[in-house]
Amino acid sequence: MTAPLLSVEHLTMRFGGLTAVSALSFAARANQITAVIGPNGAGKTTVFNCITGFYRPTSGTIQLHHPEGSSYALQSLAGHLIARRAKVARTFQNIRLFAGMTVLENLMVAQHNTLMPNVVSGLLAVFGLGGYRHTQKLAIEKATTWLEAVGLIGRADDPAGSLPYGQQRRLEIARAMCTDPALLCLDEPAAGLNPRESDELSELLIRIRGGGCSILLIEHDMGVVMRISDHVVVLDHGKKISDGTPAEVRADPKVIAAYLGEGDEDETPADAEEAA
Amino acid sequence: MQTKAGVLVAYALQQLINGVTLGMIYGLIAVGYTMVYGIIGMINFAHGDVFMIGAFLSLIGLTLLAGFGMTSVPLALAISLAAACAIAALYGWTVERIAYRPLRGSFRLAPLISAIGMSIVLQNFVQVSQGARDLNLQPLIPGGMAIFEENGFVVQLSWMQVVISIVTLALLAVFTWLVTKTPLGRAMRACEQDLKMASLLGIDTDRTISLTFVIGAILATVAGMLFLLYYGSINFFIGFSAGVKAFTAAVLGGIGSLPGAVLGGLAIGLIESFWSGYASVPYKNVAAFSVLVIVLIFMPSGLLGRSDVEKV
Repeated sequence: MTAPLLSVEHLTMRFGGLTAVSALSFAARANQITAVIGPNGAGKTTVFNCITGFYRPTSGTIQLHHPEGSSYALQSLAGHLIARRAKVARTFQNIRLFAGMTVLENLMVAQHNTLMPNVVSGLLAVFGLGGYRHTQKLAIEKATTWLEAVGLIGRADDPAGSLPYGQQRRLEIARAMCTDPALLCLDEPAAGLNPRESDELSELLIRIRGGGCSILLIEHDMGVVMRISDHVVVLDHGKKISDGTPAEVRADPKVIAAYLGEGDEDETPADAEEAA
Repeated sequence: MQTKAGVLVAYALQQLINGVTLGMIYGLIAVGYTMVYGIIGMINFAHGDVFMIGAFLSLIGLTLLAGFGMTSVPLALAISLAAACAIAALYGWTVERIAYRPLRGSFRLAPLISAIGMSIVLQNFVQVSQGARDLNLQPLIPGGMAIFEENGFVVQLSWMQVVISIVTLALLAVFTWLVTKTPLGRAMRACEQDLKMASLLGIDTDRTISLTFVIGAILATVAGMLFLLYYGSINFFIGFSAGVKAFTAAVLGGIGSLPGAVLGGLAIGLIESFWSGYASVPYKNVAAFSVLVIVLIFMPSGLLGRSDVEKV
């Protein structure tokens, strides 16, 4: 068994008196799709926010180990380095595309560090020197590959904000993939998609995993989760209640109890947190 | 009767030429205000003083080069402009680094107050180091052409006005290309739309913001040098008046909009020059700011600004 790509140890996140995530430990292995599920307000998005540097966890560690040996403590890495060095990318429950930029520009922005690794190269790029043209050509090729993969090649020059909802979701995934991530964190990618679009999404995710990128997935659509996940982590009220293969988790009585709604009335404050 | 109408037209044309020239200088400064506002949502009140420092650096450079015996005016202008831009860029970078970056994430008013403080620091620094009196420069680009003469009234277009127009248009073209076509420009626009998301894509947002200040400072320095050459006289206080006008121009055009800043600059320049030409010179600022008030009452987001609709 190889070392896990992502290991979360004793992660705790408190907001004032509210403990959104409490002593959570789990691992995501390389070349797998790991799903994080749980009822509304279970703390799933909070975990994502800790992993991607939105929040600084109250305590605990989040380690990312690349197969070639380097490892990063995400809980103390500066915001932009999480994408740049640790190679973690994410999408959002509420889409955060650069709506005023074109579809292609959104994908080019994601390759900023290849196109302009430092200020000097930025200056050279202004004059079209320093191999910039070649780098730019490669960047456009990569963007094109992903636009084809998500079926948006015909809309490359349209403003991202003008795309219909389902296409914006796919574009967000394409943009995240253009940063060359080792770990892709998807926050409810199937939300609001029709069944056909969900199926296309599942295929896309399996294809991304096949390309060597691991996926951490928050999803409410159990059809998608059960079909494509290699590993499922179940949260409830900020704690892990189950962890295993989709079949194991589905049969776990604690999971069934959580989903049938024990203690629903407790969920209101946590809901507010998750929305924030 | 016909000659009288001719004089009126000639007079109006002269005001138009003067107004466009002035407006271009305002526009160059206004771009710096609007760019910084777009990216971090604050008004950099020290920007006008960077313009003033740019003018002083140009004057110092020109004086030094003349002292060394340089006789070629274009060469002296080019060298002192390059040096002034480099040093003023350092000022712009430093201002952001020491006065604004530590306050990022603080409450909205904090960097604004810090900016006013920075403006006072820069003004007083120049006042102490260069003196409070007006410093003069003899005209380096003299002469011009008479476009036409009508009944004794000559419509003049000075070479300096031509230079201002050409330099401004060229600089704005380069700048537009930088923002729309280069990776740096893309990063700047990404930061403008969603700073946090840009950071999640691996963009060093602090560096992008610093570079925004550097670019703004360079544009302001060019404006400072043009101002110096046009008026031939500067003092430590020019940054305040020009800064307030340029800020007004940015708001008038729609703060955050780059073409808006240039359009606003031209509008303010034209209002000032026409008011001076037809009404009264002492009230020209009153006219410019009144137009601002009126525009903002009817178009709160400015001429080209987009209204912010918060999504829920």
